This record gives sequence, C-alpha cells and structure tokens, in this order.
Amino acid sequence: MILLAVTKMATPAIDWLAIAPVIALAVAAIAIVLLRALVRRAIWVYDASLLVAFIGVAVAAVFLAEQWSKIRDVGNYQALGAMVAVDGFAVFLGVIVLVATALVLLLSSEYLPRHGFESKPEYVALLLFSASGMLMMTAANDLIVVFLALETLSIPLYVLAAYDRRRRRSLEAGMKYFVLGAFSSAVFLYGIALTYGATGTTSLTGIADFLSKNTLLDQGTLLAGMMLLLVGLGFKVAAVPFHWWTPDVYEGAPAPITAFMGSATKAAGFAALLRIFFTAFDVYRVDWRPAIWALAILTLVVGSIAALLQNDVKRMLAYSSINHAGYVLIGVEAANRQGLKAALFYLMVYAFMTIGSFAVVMVIAHNEDAHSIDDYRGLATRRPVIAAVFAFFLLAQAGVPPTGGFIAKLGVFGAAADAHSYVLLVVGVLASVIAAYYYLRVILTMYGEEATVAQAEGTVAAVASRRRLDLATGVVLAITALVVLFVGILPTVLLDFARDATLLF
Amino acid sequence: MTVTGSYYLTFAAVLFSIGAVGLLLRRNVLVMFMCVELMLNAVNVTFVTFSKMLDDISGQTIVFFVLVVAAAEVAVGLAIIVAIFRRRHGSATADDIDLLKG
Repeated sequence: MILLAVTKMATPAIDWLAIAPVIALAVAAIAIVLLRALVRRAIWVYDASLLVAFIGVAVAAVFLAEQWSKIRDVGNYQALGAMVAVDGFAVFLGVIVLVATALVLLLSSEYLPRHGFESKPEYVALLLFSASGMLMMTAANDLIVVFLALETLSIPLYVLAAYDRRRRRSLEAGMKYFVLGAFSSAVFLYGIALTYGATGTTSLTGIADFLSKNTLLDQGTLLAGMMLLLVGLGFKVAAVPFHWWTPDVYEGAPAPITAFMGSATKAAGFAALLRIFFTAFDVYRVDWRPAIWALAILTLVVGSIAALLQNDVKRMLAYSSINHAGYVLIGVEAANRQGLKAALFYLMVYAFMTIGSFAVVMVIAHNEDAHSIDDYRGLATRRPVIAAVFAFFLLAQAGVPPTGGFIAKLGVFGAAADAHSYVLLVVGVLASVIAAYYYLRVILTMYGEEATVAQAEGTVAAVASRRRLDLATGVVLAITALVVLFVGILPTVLLDFARDATLLF
Repeated sequence: MTVTGSYYLTFAAVLFSIGAVGLLLRRNVLVMFMCVELMLNAVNVTFVTFSKMLDDISGQTIVFFVLVVAAAEVAVGLAIIVAIFRRRHGSATADDIDLLKG
C-alpha cells in the first residue's frame, strides 16, 4: 500500500486591501450582469445598473484612499507573492482610471437612451470590467499579471467599440480594434516569453534583481524580448508607427467609448510601460532609451502633421491623442524621477482634456457619423457657452497658459532638458507649434465664420443648437473644464501628488 | 543528432512569424483569426521550452493562462464577425471592412 503524503501547498498570504479596488469594480460589474439577468424587462434596470456602477467606482476610490494612507504610514510594499505592488504610482494612475470611468459613465447615462442602444446594462458592466483590468494594470508587478490585466481591459473594449451594431462604422471599429489588439497582445506575450527565457522569472522586481546581479553572456534574447514588449505596449498607447488603428477606431466607436479609450486606456498602457521599463529593465536603460527616443520623435511628428490634414473633428482629436502620447513619451525617455513625474502629471491633465473635448463633440453631433469641421462653423453665435468651453479645451490641448495643458507640457520639456535630450525637446516644441495651428483652426471656424442661412436651417449644427444640453453632459463639461483650469492656475496640489507617486523608484 | 531546446525555440519563432505575416497579409477574417491562434501557440511552445531549459515550472503554468485568454479572445472576436456577417449577408473578408480608412 502506498501512502500519499499530503503536503500543504505553500500559498502566499493574501492582502485583500492590495486588490480591493479591482475587486470592487469587478463585483459591481457582476452585480449588474446578474441584475440584468434577473429583471430583464424592468424599465429601471438601466438606471439601477448605473447606480451600482457609481457605487462600485466610489467604493474602489475609498479603497485607493485607504491604500494611499497606508503607503504614507508603512511605505510601498508588495502583496500576493510580489504579484501586486501597492505604491503611490499605482494609486495615482488608479485615480486617473476611476475619474475617467466615472466621467464616461456620466456621459453614457444620457447618450445611450438618446441614441436608442439596446441592452444597456451590459454596456455598463463591460465598461466596469474594462476599468477593473486597468486598475489591475496600474498595480501589476509581474509580467503575467500585466498580460492578464491587458486582456481584461482590452476584451470588453473590443465589444464596446462595436457596441452600436446598427452602424457599420462601429462594427468595423470593433473588428479593427480586435485584430490589432490580438496582434499586439501576441507580440507582447512573445516578449514576456523571451524575457522569461533570458532571466528565468516574470516578476518585475525579480527581473531587476537578476539583471543587477548577473551579466548575460548572450543579451540577444533579452533585448529582443524588451523590444517586443515595447512594440506590444506601443500599440496600446498608440505610438507611431503602431498607431494606424487609432483614427479608425476612435472615429467608429461610440463617442463615450472613444473618450474612455483616449483617457483611461492610454493611462493604463503607460502604467505598464513605465513600470516595466523603470523597474524591470532599469539596468538596461542605455538600450531602451534610444528606442523610446525614436518612438517619441515619430509620434510627435506624425501625430501633429496628420492632424493638420483632417476634416473630421473626431479624427482630428484621434491624431491629437497620438500627438499627446508623444509628449508622455518625452517624459519616459528622460528616464529619471523628473520625467516620471512629468509623464504622470501629463496623463492626468490629458485625461480631463480629452473627456471634455469628446463631451463637446457628443453635444454638437446629432448623429454618430457626422463630425465634419463644417458643423462647427459659426458655433459661437448659436451656442456661445459650448463654443467657449470647446475653445478652452482646444487651447488647453495646445498648451496655452493658464491651463493645465501648459503646465503639463512645461513639465515634460523640463524633464527632457534635465536629461539632456535636446533634440527631443526641440522636436516637442515644434510639434506643439504645429498642433497649435490645427487647434486654432477649429476655434477660428467656430468664432470667425458665420454660418450661411442654408446651414443654419438645414445642417447638423442647427439641429444640435435646438437641442438642450442635458444635465449629465453639463456636469462632465463643468468638472473637466474646472479641473483643467484649476490645475493651470494652482498646479502645486497635483504636482505634489505626482511627486509623491514617484517615490517608488 | 540530439534535438536541443534551440530547435524548439527556432520552430516557435518561425511559427510566430508565419502567424504575424499571415495576420497582416491575408484578407479573410477567419484566416486572420487562425493566424492569431498560431502566434499565441508559438508563444506557448516558447514558454514550455524555456521552462524545460530553466528547469522552472512557472513557464508551464503560464501556458494555462494564455489558453484561457485565447479562448475568451476568440469568443469575442467571433461574436463581432457574426455581427458584421449578419449585416452584410456576404463573405467575411477584410475587404468588406472599408468604410474607415486610416
């Protein structure tokens, strides 16, 4: 008779606080799915699901605040067998994700009923699942967790991009996003495999440990792995030359989802990029800095020049978001604490500017496929408040003082100067000059040109001008505009938060 | 002749490249799907090979995660294809997807 010795498997201690924000969002999403399944016919199910979603976001925010106060007391720490990092960096980017989620939920609350979408609670649930993946991404301290988070945030987004099934453009956007997303995930995963082969671990701190203690005889595998990881994340943050899906997907997807992809997805993508390259591959910064440098230059140049050629405002904003990714990359390229702080600050301000801009686009466009710049002609006379708010967001994106966009751009340029990346600095300044031109073009169209009589009566803008601004969109516009203005006038509060968030490295 | 780990790694790299090139060049959406699967499975082979070479089990456990993710991805992808197909009443090729031009 053979006696099997039953040994207890060693499992890591679970620190629930470390993953509590992710759990809060996921539980809220599951509750919505259940609610939908149980009371499918009730009229209030959409409003109830929105309420559950807001509660989930609020609870997640409370847990993040709890983490922040714990970090203040005991410092940064790792949990669940070093799979999850609890630090200021994760909290800061988590705040961006939660704020963006809440604002996009507000935007969606009116948008969906108005456009007659079917089966709405699923939309809210998918949004929350995606947001929970993003939160996981900000705290991931292991390449496998990063990969799982990447998929958790991407797969719901494929569905959301294709959510408006009656519109071919939306379906196409979903399909395109899916194919490119699957491709980039596979590339990213191959990067993980090669890194694992070279270092024998997937833990970010483990890789850093290994690389600082050992000299690799053959660096080829590791360098190839690093570059594949960079390519995979380059797709997610829409850096040139991995950007070509962005304009199509941004144009085709429903407007609130575009705002979500522009703000929260980009923040999550940069969270992974910053953490992987600043912690795991810190020793190899001589090797990855030139790659980031090239990406930043290409992104700035192509992003700003291509935006010039667009006549569709949604596409113009898509290219401008590519351009913005270039500025964040300047901060990454600096590869010091100053650069990290500037990148984090930029991501925060950028999230508010983007969501605000897309909220205006949603108000102006009466139907999803019409975002021509002509619709904005003479907007200032018909809807002075909306025009003023949009002009403010465009000026903020151009980096005009006293807006948050100015402080953000100043931060990345300062970091580039600190790191002696003068070429990048010059290209960045030139790109922002070009960018100022196309933002001003829209502003001039709104203020300078009068709408013709035919336009005033027959066009999209005229229809829009008769429609009242709904409360939720108004609240989103007010919040985003006030935050961007506040950060521009009193940046120290947010700058201090960003500085505290960088103390992990 | 002994088959060493590097044979498997080369095989996986070739498989991955076939998948990547196929995804970028082929127009049939279902073939593009298979190419994604090819890429993911090439990565799985790489993980298992490294796991054997390093004598470390974690590489093999990662494969299970990848399989689960691939299944979820395919489910969503096929759903999107079906949605397009229903609207188009035709063959599902990437050439039909031409309204948006990057």
